[in-house]
Amino acid sequence: MKQADPWLSSLESEAVEIVREGVAAAARPVMLYSAGKDSSVLLHLARKAFWPAPPPMPLLHVDTGWKFRDMIALRDRVAAEAGVELVVHTNREGLRAGITPFTHDSERYTEVMKTVALRQALDAGRHDAVFVGARRDEEKSRAKERVFSVRDRSHRWDPRAQRPELWNVYNTRLRAGESLRVSPLSNWTEADVWRYVAAERIPVAPLYLAAERPVVNRGGRWIMVDDERMPLRPGEAPQLRRVRFRTLGCYPLTAAVESDAETIDGVVAETLAAGRSEREGRLIDHDGEASMERKKREGYF
Amino acid sequence: MAPELRFVLCGSVDDGKSTLIGRILSDCGQVFSDQMERVEEDSRRYGTRGGAADLALLVDGLRDEREQGITIDVAYRAFETPRRRFIAADAPGHEQYTRNMATGASTADLAVVLVDARKGILPQTARHTRIASMFGVRDVVLAVNKMDAAGWNREAFEAIVGAYRRLTDDAGLPEALAIPVSALSGDNVTRRSEAAPWYAGPTLLSHLETVDIRPTEADRPFRMPVQYVNRPGPDFRGYCGRVAAGAVSPGDRVLVMPSGVETRVESIVAWRGERERAERGDSVTLTLAPGVDVSRGDVVCDAENPLEVADRFRARILWMGDEPMGAGRRCLLKMHSREVGATVTRIRHGVDVSDGSARAAARLERNDLAVVDLATDRPVPFAPFDRCRGLGGFILIDRATGATVGAGTISFAPARAANLEWQEFDVTRDVRAELKRQRARCLWLTGLPASGKTTIANLLERRLVAAGRHTYVLDGDNVRHGLNRDLGFTATDRFENIRRVAEVARLMVDAGLIAIVSFISPFRSERRFARGLFEPGDFSEIFVDAPVEVCARRDPKGLYAKAARGEIRNFTGVDSPYELPARPDLRLDTEALSAEECVDLVMERLG
Repeated sequence: MKQADPWLSSLESEAVEIVREGVAAAARPVMLYSAGKDSSVLLHLARKAFWPAPPPMPLLHVDTGWKFRDMIALRDRVAAEAGVELVVHTNREGLRAGITPFTHDSERYTEVMKTVALRQALDAGRHDAVFVGARRDEEKSRAKERVFSVRDRSHRWDPRAQRPELWNVYNTRLRAGESLRVSPLSNWTEADVWRYVAAERIPVAPLYLAAERPVVNRGGRWIMVDDERMPLRPGEAPQLRRVRFRTLGCYPLTAAVESDAETIDGVVAETLAAGRSEREGRLIDHDGEASMERKKREGYF
Repeated sequence: MAPELRFVLCGSVDDGKSTLIGRILSDCGQVFSDQMERVEEDSRRYGTRGGAADLALLVDGLRDEREQGITIDVAYRAFETPRRRFIAADAPGHEQYTRNMATGASTADLAVVLVDARKGILPQTARHTRIASMFGVRDVVLAVNKMDAAGWNREAFEAIVGAYRRLTDDAGLPEALAIPVSALSGDNVTRRSEAAPWYAGPTLLSHLETVDIRPTEADRPFRMPVQYVNRPGPDFRGYCGRVAAGAVSPGDRVLVMPSGVETRVESIVAWRGERERAERGDSVTLTLAPGVDVSRGDVVCDAENPLEVADRFRARILWMGDEPMGAGRRCLLKMHSREVGATVTRIRHGVDVSDGSARAAARLERNDLAVVDLATDRPVPFAPFDRCRGLGGFILIDRATGATVGAGTISFAPARAANLEWQEFDVTRDVRAELKRQRARCLWLTGLPASGKTTIANLLERRLVAAGRHTYVLDGDNVRHGLNRDLGFTATDRFENIRRVAEVARLMVDAGLIAIVSFISPFRSERRFARGLFEPGDFSEIFVDAPVEVCARRDPKGLYAKAARGEIRNFTGVDSPYELPARPDLRLDTEALSAEECVDLVMERLG
């Protein structure tokens, strides 16, 4: 079936073209999969691109050990249904060193459990093309990144040396040790993702929909108490609020918003009317000015 | 009308592109309040508005950009209004970032060209207009910006509009709609300006919301490049690609190019089902009647309207490499999904960016536009770019680094290309030198006997070879024993000796080599003669300088001693003069510098 919405149809065709081009050019492609909404859309597009075959690449989940339980359940179910191999990687040294979002600041935690962990997993798999669900509307340094973005052998991005990228003619050549980050959703917005989730009935974690959940208010942000590992501060008591998440990262580092959107259509409507960006819910984006650009220069995806 | 519009903002630096897109986003309610808070924070730090919100900081997303207050790379912003969805590319204005501007233009249907009302059309305005047209932009809006600072002066506006019309005319673009705007205040950007009652046209945003640009490919015969062959098992073989032109349905007769084999479309496979039709822009999987061999890089096309196939092309290119390029340059050419080896066989002429006129060009520097001839080592199915963007636009990739060093558009394939004739391929000095990835030249070392020429020449050659260059040293030893065996040491013979060596060096340069000549060559007339054999710039006179007393003291072969005893006649420096070079290209002071340091100096000059 073709998309009824011509704009979604055009975004879908563009993304499918990008996925196929990346897979055709790569020796060892991999798709980063976090069970978030963007990952879910990306996986769905890859399934469409190679139908009736399953996507010819494994999924890689960098598990910090602090993901929402809901997401882990969805991850395992969806990977099995898509018929693809799921590789889960955790930075064991980081675990042994006892690095958690509660004991270390978010910057250090992200560096060890996400950035270093990702580098470990990519090096171990010798992956030359890494598909990610990044969108240009998420953050302004992402707005500058190419669809096929070259990383050096240490996975670093050099924003001053980006290759020109003309039309849909993507340069996939690499030198030894270099790799590509491929972003098929580059031109999608948050609203496009939700419209597509609705149109295609893509399963997403229930956390994206409003429900009563136990939360505490920290610095004006609603943090969900997802399991008993969350240490409560003196005088802090979880309260039940109708909340949902616009973005899902590690649970102690991702804030919920108060919402009544219980359906995907409700989420679309709220997204279009939103006054604040989804990344605001990501605590790690606030670690100083230009933090995302810096993380990417260091090898964050 | 298409539900979306992709446009690029271009124009010279400081004409207000980032501010304009920031204004549109902000007025359309597309800026989240936390993003605006960040902009306000950044404005206090880097802003140019005395602490007031600098909207350009919404899109200048790189740290270097905010610190330097310029746009380095293209930023993409998707946004929507109730009437349309947009993807805007905010392109950098500096000439050095032209390749990033071309990146932004290549996916745009329309260009909004900004001009500062007080400065008028600048060279970058012309460059961007020409590049936008070359890379496929179909329509242009001229936004004359900073009208508030120009007192909303109608004459100034109309003078710019008139000058710009000449530009669109010779760039092959339709006449641009011109709008007087202020990106800073939003006048005529998102709301009508009361300051310019003489302007009756639409605001920029309402024009963008309603302009109708239909890709011409939709009405052309069916073409689909094959990106990927999907073969999960023996029972299924699907050909994946995005339809570049026309439409296709099951049962259609098609050709597979370049082989030209005819077959039939069996089905259009879609997610959990099949489709009855696919059209331009759709990514699909086709299955074909059995028995055909199709690979990535082939193109499936309408059987009634076969696609052209060629291995030689006339094309327009924008050179983007950091290193200059000359005829003979080998690289990879990627067009749709086909990657082939290619050679630029001839630079026909450069294109002047300001007026589009042809000018002679032996080499292309970064950001130069030119018309060139290309030869590919395998045939490529193609269509002229102006008929089909997806089958006529290509990039050039450096084999060693993988960098994208050029981008171009096919104009046509010369008629004789089809039958693989190579006679027209002009094997010139530049072609031979480019094959060796070097610039051919003659380095002529002159100086007294024992001044150090041979030592320096040999060391220099070792260094050049280590750097991957192709060289040859001509000196007395290897010439006197063969080529010039018949010559003695009379004045006539000594000149003939130099003449032959100079001619041989010239042949070597013609063969694409770096010829190092190590000869005393004591007379200015001889050196002038040698220089005259070469193209300007190909000959470097390098004076290996040491006072005669020093040379006589070194005297490794005992020749000065012999000459002093009268055993050798006509010995330069003793009983025959050495005419000092008046203006050598390089002087090496061998008293002060070691041989290694002298070679460093030569290498530095060679770059």
